[in-house]
Amino acid sequence: MRLASAGFWLAITTTLSSGLLLAPANAQNAGDPLTLQANPANVASPTVSYDNHRYSALDQINAQNVGKLQVAWTFSTGVLRGNEGAPLVIGDVMYVHAPFPNTVYALDLNNDGKILWKYEPTQDPNVIPVMCCDTVNRGVAYADGKIFLHQADTTLVALDAKTGKPVWSVKTGDPGKGETGTSAPMVVGNLVYVGVSGGEFGVRGWLAAYNTSDGKQAWRAYSEGPDTDIIVDPQKTTALGKPVGPNSSLRTWQGDQWKIGGGDTWGWLAYDPKLNLVYYGSGNPSTWNPKQRPGDNKWSMTIWARDAKTGMAKWVYQMTPHDEWDYDGINEMILADITVGGKQVPALVHFDRNGFGYTLNRETGELLVAEKFDPAVNWATKVDMDPKSETYGRPLVVPKYSTDHNGEDVNTQGVCPAALGSKDEQPAAFSPDTNLFYVPTNHVCMDYEPFRVSYTAGQPYVGATLSMYPPPGQTNMGNFIAWDAGTGKIVWSDPEQFSVWSGALATKGGVVFYGTLEGYLKAVDAKTGKELYKFKTPSGIIGNVVTYEHAGKQYVAVLSGVGGWAGIGLAAGLTDPHAGLGAVGGYAALSNYTSLGGTLTVFTLPSQ
Amino acid sequence: MQRVVRAAAALAFVVAVSVSAYAVTDGSGDPTAVKNDDGKWTDKDGNPTFKVDADGTVDWYTYSGFIRYSSECLRCHGPDGMGSSYAPALRQSMQRLSYAEFYATVAGGKKDVTASQELVMPANGENKNVMCFIDDIYIYLRARADDAVDRGRPQKHAPKPASFTKAEDACMG
Repeated sequence: MRLASAGFWLAITTTLSSGLLLAPANAQNAGDPLTLQANPANVASPTVSYDNHRYSALDQINAQNVGKLQVAWTFSTGVLRGNEGAPLVIGDVMYVHAPFPNTVYALDLNNDGKILWKYEPTQDPNVIPVMCCDTVNRGVAYADGKIFLHQADTTLVALDAKTGKPVWSVKTGDPGKGETGTSAPMVVGNLVYVGVSGGEFGVRGWLAAYNTSDGKQAWRAYSEGPDTDIIVDPQKTTALGKPVGPNSSLRTWQGDQWKIGGGDTWGWLAYDPKLNLVYYGSGNPSTWNPKQRPGDNKWSMTIWARDAKTGMAKWVYQMTPHDEWDYDGINEMILADITVGGKQVPALVHFDRNGFGYTLNRETGELLVAEKFDPAVNWATKVDMDPKSETYGRPLVVPKYSTDHNGEDVNTQGVCPAALGSKDEQPAAFSPDTNLFYVPTNHVCMDYEPFRVSYTAGQPYVGATLSMYPPPGQTNMGNFIAWDAGTGKIVWSDPEQFSVWSGALATKGGVVFYGTLEGYLKAVDAKTGKELYKFKTPSGIIGNVVTYEHAGKQYVAVLSGVGGWAGIGLAAGLTDPHAGLGAVGGYAALSNYTSLGGTLTVFTLPSQ
Repeated sequence: MQRVVRAAAALAFVVAVSVSAYAVTDGSGDPTAVKNDDGKWTDKDGNPTFKVDADGTVDWYTYSGFIRYSSECLRCHGPDGMGSSYAPALRQSMQRLSYAEFYATVAGGKKDVTASQELVMPANGENKNVMCFIDDIYIYLRARADDAVDRGRPQKHAPKPASFTKAEDACMG
C-alpha cells in the first residue's frame, strides 16, 4: 500500500512537472484535496478520493484481527434523522455533519473528540417538506483551510476550518421551487462543485462551479435545455463516439417541458486529474408519468464528463432514455484502470439504479460492458452493445414492464428493480488489490401505475403510485456483492434481510466494511465475502464507512441514523399484493429492528 | 409484524367499543356509510366515508384515495398510511382527527419543531394533485384507520362514476 501511495505521488509530480494538466494553481499546497488524499491517515474528501474508490491504504486492521474490533468512542450528531455521508478527518481534526439543520462540528482527535467549534445555520423550516425523502445531507468538503457545505436551503457556505465562522456564502437555488441541497460538494483547485436535488418537484438539474476564494459562480451546466445552458459543443461533445449535434436536448422534449424536466444532480462527484474531467450522473426526468413527457428526455439519466475548468461536456451517455420507472441515474462514477477484454482501460464503472453495471472508457465515453448486477433485473433484456445497431447503447425494454407501453391508469406489475433501484446513492468501493468492486444493493421489485398530474412550482410533481416487494419467492431485500467490472459478473454475493443502504469501504487489510439498515457495522473478507465481524450500532446505517489513522492507530468510523428513502419505504415493511396476508421474512418491518438515531461510532483494535 | 399491528388495532377497537355505542369510530365518529351520491358515500354526519362490500370491493373514492395517497403522501408518511422514519402513521392519526381537522392540516400545513426533530407538513392548499382529491385521500385513510381495507392496493373497486370524471376535469383544469 505504501507503494501505491508512492505511485500516486509520482503520478501527481509527473503530471505537474509535465504541465499536461490544467493544474490547479495550488495543487502543491498542503491544503489541496489531492495532496491530502494521498495521505491515508486522512479522510480528505466526502468520496475519500477523487476516483471514488473508497479504498484505504491502511492495513493495521486486517482480515486476521478485525474480529477483535471494539468501539473506541461515539458522538451524537444531535439530529434524529437519516444520517448519510461520513465525517472528514484532516490531520488532528474530524469534521462531522448532520442532517437538517445541517450542523457541522469540528472535533479535536487529540482531546477525546472535544468540540472545537460548532456551526449551526438558521434555515427556514419550510424547506423541510420540499426535501424528497428525508432531510439528509451527504457531507462537507475541505480545501485550503475552508470547509464547504451545501445546506438544505441551497446556501453554499465556506467556513473557516479553524473557527467555523462563515467566510462567504452564496445561494445556489430556490427552495420555493423545490430546489434543495443534500449532496456533498467537491473541490478541485480553486473551484467548488455542487449539484441540486428536486426531481420530484420538477426541478431542472444543474451542476455549478463556484470560486473557492469568494463564492463567485464560474459556470453552471443544466441537464436539459438549449446547448448554451447545458454547455455542450454540438460538434465536439460526443455520445457513444458521435457528435451530439445541435439542440441535442431540446429535440427530445415536447415544447417547454424541459424547463420542469428534472435530471437532478444529487450524487457523488468524481474527478480525473490527468484528463481534468469531472464526472457525475443526472437523475430521473419529471414527472414519474412517462406518458406526459414523450421523447428521450435528454439529458436526464446521463453520465456526464465535463471539463473541470470550463464545464464544457466532453462526452455524455444516456443510460435510460425516456425513463418509465424512476431509475434516477445519479449514482457515483468510480474511476479505475482495469482490464477489459484483455486490455488495460482507463475505465469509469457505474452501478445504476436501473440494475445495470456499466463500464465505459472514461476518456472517450465508449461503452465497454453493461450487465445486470442483480439477477432479478427484468425491465430490459440487455443493453444493445452492437455499434452498428440502431438501438446501440440503449436498453432493450420488455413491453410487459414498460409503464409507457401499458399506459396511464394501468398498474404495471412485477418490475425489477423497484424505483429505489438495484442500488441507490449508497456508494460502492473498489480495491486495486482484488480488482473487485464491492456494491451495496437493493433486491426489491415493484408495481408502478402512472397517471396525469399538474405542475405547481414548489409542489410535488410525481404522477405515479407504486408498491414494493422482494423478488418473487425471495425473502431478502438486499445483497452485498463483489463485482468484476471487466467481465460484468458477480463474484460473490452476501444476502441481507434489508436493502444495503450504506457506503462500502475496501482496505489494504483485505477487509471490506459496510453497514446494514438494522444498524450492524459488518466486516467481510475481500476475497470471499465471509463475515469476519459485526456490531450493532444505535440505529440503522445509511452512512458510509470510512477509516483513518490518528497517533499511529487505525480507526473505522460510521454514522448511524436510519432514514432517507430506506426509512420511508421500508419502515413499515413491504407488502406483497400478490401473496395475501401473513407474509414474513422479506416483508419484515424495519421499525421492528431499529429506531431513529444520529450517532457516529468509531472502532479500533484493543491496545496490545 | 402484521400480527402486532392487528393486535394493537384490536386493542384500540376494544377501548373504542367501551366508550362508544358504535362498532367502530374514528376522529369523525361512526364511519358507517348511510348516503350515496353517485358512488360517493357520506356518514350520518355528512362526512365523506368509505363503503366496502362483503366481497372486499371498495367504493371508487377509497380506491382513488389509495392512488393519490401513494403518489402525494407516501414519500413522507410511508406506504399504506403506516408511517415512516420521517413522518407519522396517518392510519393512527386518523383515529383522532376529524374531517375538518384533516382538511385544515392538509391545506394549511403544520409545524412540529423540537430540539431533536423538525417535522414540517407542507401547505397543500395550492396543490391540485392533492386538493382535487382531498376527499378521496380522506376516505382512503379513514378506511385504513378503521381497518376496513388492508395494506396494499385494493384488489376490487367500484367503477369510476361519471360525476368523478367531471369533477376531476373541472378541478385539474
